[in-house]
Amino acid sequence: MSALHIKLKTSPHLIQAVSVEQIMRNVVYALLPVCAFAVWHFGISALALLVTTTAACVGTERVINLLSGKPSTVTDFSAVITGLLLALTLPPAFPLWMAAVSGIIGIALGKAMFGGLGYNLFNPALIGRAFAQGAFPGAISTWTLPGHPDRFVEFLPSTLAIPFTRPESVDGWTSATPLTAWKFQGVDTPSMELFTGMVAGSVGETSALLILGCGLYLVARRMMNWHIPAAVLSGAFITAGVCYLIDPNAYPTPWFVVLSGGLMLGAVFMASDMVASPVTRSGVWLYGLLIGFLTVIIRFFGGLPEGVMYAILLGNAASPLIERITQPRPYGTGRRRPL
Amino acid sequence: MSSVPIAQRPKPTASHKLIATLGLISLCSGLLVVSVFEFTKPYIAENQRRALEAAVLQVIPGAVERREFILTPQGVWPRQDAPAEGRLIHAGFDAQGQFKGVALQAAGRGYADVIRILYGYNPACECIVGMMVLESRETPGLGDKIETDQNFTANFRNLSAALNAERTGLAHEIITVRPGSRQAPGEIDGITGATVSANAIGRMLNESAQVWLPMLAPHWSALSLPVGAEEAMDGD
Amino acid sequence: MAIKPDTQPITPDTFLSGIWRENPVFVMLLGMCPVLAVTNSVANALAMGLATTFVLLCSNALVSLLRRQIPKEVRIAAYIIIIATFVTVVDYLIHAISLEVYDALGAFIQLIVVNCMILGRAEAFASRNRLSNTLVNSLGMGIGFTIALLCLGSVRELLGAGALLGYPIFGQSFEPWIIMLLPPGGFFVLAAWLLLFAWLKESQQRRKQAAAAAPQNGGKLGGASIHAR
Repeated sequence: MSALHIKLKTSPHLIQAVSVEQIMRNVVYALLPVCAFAVWHFGISALALLVTTTAACVGTERVINLLSGKPSTVTDFSAVITGLLLALTLPPAFPLWMAAVSGIIGIALGKAMFGGLGYNLFNPALIGRAFAQGAFPGAISTWTLPGHPDRFVEFLPSTLAIPFTRPESVDGWTSATPLTAWKFQGVDTPSMELFTGMVAGSVGETSALLILGCGLYLVARRMMNWHIPAAVLSGAFITAGVCYLIDPNAYPTPWFVVLSGGLMLGAVFMASDMVASPVTRSGVWLYGLLIGFLTVIIRFFGGLPEGVMYAILLGNAASPLIERITQPRPYGTGRRRPL
Repeated sequence: MSSVPIAQRPKPTASHKLIATLGLISLCSGLLVVSVFEFTKPYIAENQRRALEAAVLQVIPGAVERREFILTPQGVWPRQDAPAEGRLIHAGFDAQGQFKGVALQAAGRGYADVIRILYGYNPACECIVGMMVLESRETPGLGDKIETDQNFTANFRNLSAALNAERTGLAHEIITVRPGSRQAPGEIDGITGATVSANAIGRMLNESAQVWLPMLAPHWSALSLPVGAEEAMDGD
Repeated sequence: MAIKPDTQPITPDTFLSGIWRENPVFVMLLGMCPVLAVTNSVANALAMGLATTFVLLCSNALVSLLRRQIPKEVRIAAYIIIIATFVTVVDYLIHAISLEVYDALGAFIQLIVVNCMILGRAEAFASRNRLSNTLVNSLGMGIGFTIALLCLGSVRELLGAGALLGYPIFGQSFEPWIIMLLPPGGFFVLAAWLLLFAWLKESQQRRKQAAAAAPQNGGKLGGASIHAR
């Protein structure tokens, strides 16, 4: 007689719990094609940028772990993601030393100050980028030509600037992004070029198609809340559509708005940051629509050509409040809870 | 203070004493403020006059002396004998008393806040000969290139601002164009990365010049009387 | 009132407390408005520090002289009038001395009147102490405040313009960190200084505790109660 073995477990009957490390690793996988396209598109300068920011972020994370006497959190891949995302939002000719400073600031100020992963109020990569925008406004608005024939053998002149010195000018390589071309010269870029990414821009923001594909992978693996990118894109599309209907001559088409600049990258990989976004169903939509709306408002009426970064940071700041007002009401507890 | 038991607390002070104390302190304060104000007034006025003079002489190359005029619908008058309120015009003269041009103020919205500038206009060449930012809160290192960028400020050494044939406005708009693409008269080379601030300068120059130069145009001769001649006229 | 503060002697601490132990900026976090707003260069920081010290000295001297005459009920009103008077005086004086400094400091000269450090000193020290003590203490506080402003101003000017007092330090090729001249830079640098001061204080405390604990249990409890603060 063989004993009958029955495993008894209380619900929930999960096959396997998904760990933070697993999710983060999959996000890295999803980012790799975007990075690969960036390197192909902008050459070794983009590669150096990706390596530098990742090293700066991971290094800072480790040093802060050591200083605070906590176990290492490097292996959870979140610092790697911050590094990759930061590089993807920077212009290809951005000097490496500035990129490293941004990475350090992003992790130290954007993450460690709040208590590490899970406590950060804002997306750390965007904190780093916002710092760079404030500190080095010249370098961060210098855009270079994509697909330059010498891009695999030669660094852009400003990439290897000696730390703390002014980067060399990149006069021969400069180019306008679709957004700056629209804002300052009134030139429209065809939507197809924007979709495939054959334009100038930040390292990883150019190809909407590729970013969407990588986002779909994460959605398919159920590691990303698809409502957030959907809400961000529809928020931007609706706002831009209203403006376009009011005056088609003054404003670009909503397709241009959705496909250009960092909106796609921001919507898929940054607004969907699990820590800094709300968790309630209606809250997620409110959050996404707000980011899309703010992006368009900043682009159309602000001084800067691009507004995704500030829009997401503002959305992050609003998300505790959004969560509070969209809290589901426990059954039978009256109409509305006081704020 | 809070540890003192209520019974031991001193009685409340009579209100006339409170009023008297505050009144006395206010009186002394007032006296002090007024005397400091009287003492510093001439210095402040002198500082401001000197700053204004330096600015005017800077935007009118070659000028060493500044005289104030009032522009009224009836004409241009030296400030002290102006019959009516009007717009203040600063005119610059060189050492020989020759009229070198006028300095006008313009203002407009920049990137961060309103920018106020002073610009010099020489009727002899019908051009703007100098520009100086009086007040701006533009971003350091970016928008403030309107003051520091050599290429940009070089635009205003000789910027054509000729009047049209009817003398009702400028013959051509003053406008900021992309850096390095200056061609037509009245065009200003912009600044890379400071488009908004540079455009604001062009716009405010255009707005001001379109309005004030046609109004000033009939009076150049009255302004350009040599200094000596004018004093003689005053004496009459 | 057990001790009559009026009779307390002047000790080195009367002067030094404002510079270190009770530093108005780094320890008491008072007067944040000028600290953040006008420290984008060393010159501005110095001018603001001196102006504040002047107001602090004059107004507290007067408060100390009048401390027996001013009735308790209207003391705050009286202090405010006195402080506002000297702020106005300083405003005119700076305007007369240098238009450049006046323009750079802008509205923040008038805003010295709401610097809580000054009212705080009047209430907590000048109204209970002799003139001599008050002068020494106010001077210490003023110097402490000026030093704090200079700490911020020098870092911000160094990083934001690559210069100190307008003289370039890093040479022509230095790329300035513009953000340091902007308001966020003020917050960053202040936070960094506060971090440094907190760390210094903590390690000092740790050493003290280690020394105190050493005779009983060989210093085992060295850093145990640091986080209890």
